[in-house]
Order: sequence, then C-alpha cells, then structure tokens
Amino acid sequence: MINFDYVKVSSSKSAIAALNKDATSQFIAGGTNLVDLMKRGVTSPQKLIDITNLPLKDIKEENGVIRIGALTLNSEVAEDKLIMEKLPLLSMALKAGASPQLRNMATTGGNMLQRTRCPYFYDTTMPCNKRHPGSGCGAMNGYNRMHAIFGASASCIAVHPSDMCVALAALNATIIVSNNKGERKIPFADFHRLPGNIPEKDNNLQKGELITAVEIPVNDALAKRSLYIKVRDRASYAFALVSVAATLDMNGNTIRNARLAMGGVAHKPWRLTSAENFLKGKNASEENFKQAAAIAMKDAKAYGQNNFKLKMAPNTIVQTLKTVSGLS
Amino acid sequence: MPGENNNQQDQKVVLHKSRRNFLKQSSLLTALAIAPPSLLKAADNNLDEKAAQFFEQQSLELEVNGIAHQLSVEPRVTLLDLLREQLHFTGTKKGCDYGQCGACTVHVNGKRVLSCLSLAIMQNGKKVTTIEGLAEGDKLHPMQEAFIKHDGFQCGYCTPGQIMSAVACVREGHADSDDNIREYMSGNICRCGAYPNIVDAIKEVKEKGGTI
Repeated sequence: MINFDYVKVSSSKSAIAALNKDATSQFIAGGTNLVDLMKRGVTSPQKLIDITNLPLKDIKEENGVIRIGALTLNSEVAEDKLIMEKLPLLSMALKAGASPQLRNMATTGGNMLQRTRCPYFYDTTMPCNKRHPGSGCGAMNGYNRMHAIFGASASCIAVHPSDMCVALAALNATIIVSNNKGERKIPFADFHRLPGNIPEKDNNLQKGELITAVEIPVNDALAKRSLYIKVRDRASYAFALVSVAATLDMNGNTIRNARLAMGGVAHKPWRLTSAENFLKGKNASEENFKQAAAIAMKDAKAYGQNNFKLKMAPNTIVQTLKTVSGLS
Repeated sequence: MPGENNNQQDQKVVLHKSRRNFLKQSSLLTALAIAPPSLLKAADNNLDEKAAQFFEQQSLELEVNGIAHQLSVEPRVTLLDLLREQLHFTGTKKGCDYGQCGACTVHVNGKRVLSCLSLAIMQNGKKVTTIEGLAEGDKLHPMQEAFIKHDGFQCGYCTPGQIMSAVACVREGHADSDDNIREYMSGNICRCGAYPNIVDAIKEVKEKGGTI
C-alpha cells in the first residue's frame, strides 16, 4: 500500500474543510472497501480523513421518518429493534450482505459508496474504463458472469454490489449530504448512476460533500409484507448473482401497492417501477407475478456468461412475490 | 523427564525466534536495496527502527489482551500487521489479507472485526483481544477446549479466526440453531472443511451456558 497522511476530525464541518483543502484526500470510516482497494493499488489517496468520531451514529424516528446516521454500523442497523419492526426489509438485506465481521466495520454511508466488485476493476493489469477511463472494458467480451443485464453501456457492464442499497431503493429513501454551503437531500433513485460514457463516476455526490444520514419514510402497511431474496454461488458470504427486495400492501388478495427493486443486475440498485404499476390493483396470483416479471425484464440484455440471469432474474421476482404475498 | 521437555520447548522457542528474525532481516535487506540513499545512511545498527523513522510515524495507544501499549506506526499499517510484526501476537493469522477469509478475526472493543482491513492508527484508544488473550494462564477458554474435543480443525491455520468468531457468535446470541451458527460463522473459511465439527464445538459451548 502506498503510504498516505492521516488526520482524524471531530466535526462534519472540519471533515468537509479538510476534504476541500486537499484534492487527493478521501474520507475513511469502516474502510472495508477502501483499504482493500488501496492494498491492490486501485486507488491511492494521499490523505485519509478519519470521520469515525463524527456524531452521526443515531437511529431515530420523527414524524413518520426514520433517520439513520451515516456512521451507524451495518450490524447495528440490522439488529436495531426499531428497524426490525418498521423497516424489516432493510434489516433482511443488511443481514444478507458480507459477513458478521465486515458488518461490524462497514457503515451506512460507506455501504452506499461501495465500488463495483468487477474483477477487471480490481486487477490493475487489466483494462477497465471505471478504474482507468479510456482503457476499455475487459468484461464486455471476457469474464462477465456476475455482470449487468440492465442499463449497461458500451463502456461498462459492472454492477453495484450492495444489498442494503437494494432495500433502500425499494423503501424510497432519501440521502442527506452536507457541504460547505449547508445540507442537501438526494432521492435514493437519483444517487447512484448508470455508467453511460463516464463509468468512473458511481454516483452523484459532488466534490466536497459528506453523507450524514439516510431518511426512510415509515409505511406500516408495506412493512408487514417485506422480503429480500438473494441468489448467490454459496449459501452465505457471497455477492448476489440476482437479488430481489419486495414489499406489498395487500387488502385480502388484492395488491394495493407494490415496491420492487433488484440487485446484482445493474450499475445501480434497479427499481422495477413498471412491474410495480402493473401489480397495483391486481390479485396475487402466479400468473400476475409472471407477467410482472416479464414486464420487468423487457429491456434486459446479457453478455454471454451472464445469459443465465435472463432466466434467474424473472424466476427470482416470481418466487419473491409468491412468498411475500403468502401464495407459497 | 519433565526437564527434557522444558529444554525441548525452550529450543523450539529459540528456533522460532531466529527464523522470524531471519525473515525480518532478509525482508529489510530487500527493502534497503530499493531504498533511496538518504535512507541507506541510516543502515547501521537497529536497522528496523532507523528504516521505520524514514517514513512518518504517528503515535498510537492500544490495549492488547489487557496490556496497554504506546506505539508508533505509519498510517498504512494494518492492525493485523501491527499485532503480528510489532507486538509479535502471531496467533492472529494472515490468510487472504483482503477481507475474504476471516483468518485475521480479532475483537476490538468487544466486537469481532477483520484486522487485515483495519488500519492500526484508526484503533487509537481501543481494546483489542486476540486468540492469545482468551485463555487464563494455562486454562484454555471453553471455546478452545471445545474445538479440541470436537476436532474443529485439521491444519489449524484458520482456527484462531474461527475461535474468535465463534466466541463472538455465542456472545451475540447468534448460536441458537445450527442454521444460525452456519450463517453467523460464514465469514470464516476453512479450507480443510472442518465445518460440521466447528458447529458441534460452538453448540456445546452455547448449551453449557454461562459467561464466556
């Protein structure tokens, strides 16, 4: 690892000031992704600003909104009573991610900023437009079993690796960020981006900004029926091939409202809005769920080794909907 | 004879130490071979210390297994490397060094974490427990006893990490079923495949109850 300067800050203001002062600096909190990337030489900040002392570790409910501080650990959020009761989908997704040790280190804000796990991004001897813009995409005609089937571009077919973010997408979360002018709110759907022709940019966080919290509206009707299903190469401690987050508000057998998002399929958590709209007012039935899945898959495109996802994704959508609706 | 045993053990310790010193010195020589001339001027006595001073060190207070240490490290040093190379707690193992295997699991302020992805400087003021901190003198920790009883290992390389994780798994309340034990031990990979015996060992400690 290339050596670097290290400072520890104690307020959001001083964190932002330190970041603005030095263009080559980066925040560090859990470090589970950043230290890994630095060891491999994928990224080499000249200064790390340790933000773990900032007072951003609260989970609280106010006016029907749960606010989770950016430095709350993944394990703390997953095991929190309020979260398990009112946002069970988030708890399930967090528990499906990484390992207990990593969840004891990784923070809520850091989880959102995870880089892709595409092997070409990690291997500095390989071409990768995300790591080295203009060098090409090694995955396009290479090892692309884990890669995107939605929203990819000619320059990048990588996927976002987070489970937590798939749940947050389905839960209509809002990300709160601070900068030297004050605070701004970013709807979750507008936070992560598709690769387009600037795949090196994972999200719309601006220079000099610090994530301070995520806010999630409580919806008791939806919370009652929540499910996160993650399909992966081994039973635990593996990234998703495909995952589905689903919450349903049902009246008898009729679906009043549905929220669906997928992981492991795109450069960002992939919300299935058209399938949700189709399900509104429909009965819970295998036929309707298959149609919803077919609608969700409309623009899917695979790249060879990940062709299996074109079947696995709709099957997982149907299975998740059947289970969460009580059909099976 | 007991005396002979002691001698053998002493000899083993000496051999261990000299092997470690050889490795340290030879890797240092490699480092010096590619170091700038200003650094080479420092290459007289106490090579380690002089070479280390070339890079910026930051001070750090750390309690390891109940003993406070005043240390100085480069910011890039991981907790794993600090424990093994500077404090000689070599029970904590370097498996993958990239957060994929769990061999480096230690407890920091009571929580199990991966020491290979933790920067030492970020642990300032914290309490670390390694595998060496579990036993009380000659009395093994109940989880260590259970791993021996149930054959919870073959080659033993992943074992310190498995045991640190297993103790945390019981303390967290996640050892209440076989499925949960498997799920909450999934961050510790055992290439020998001792998993069923590890589950048995954890189950026994959990069922015996008491504070561990």
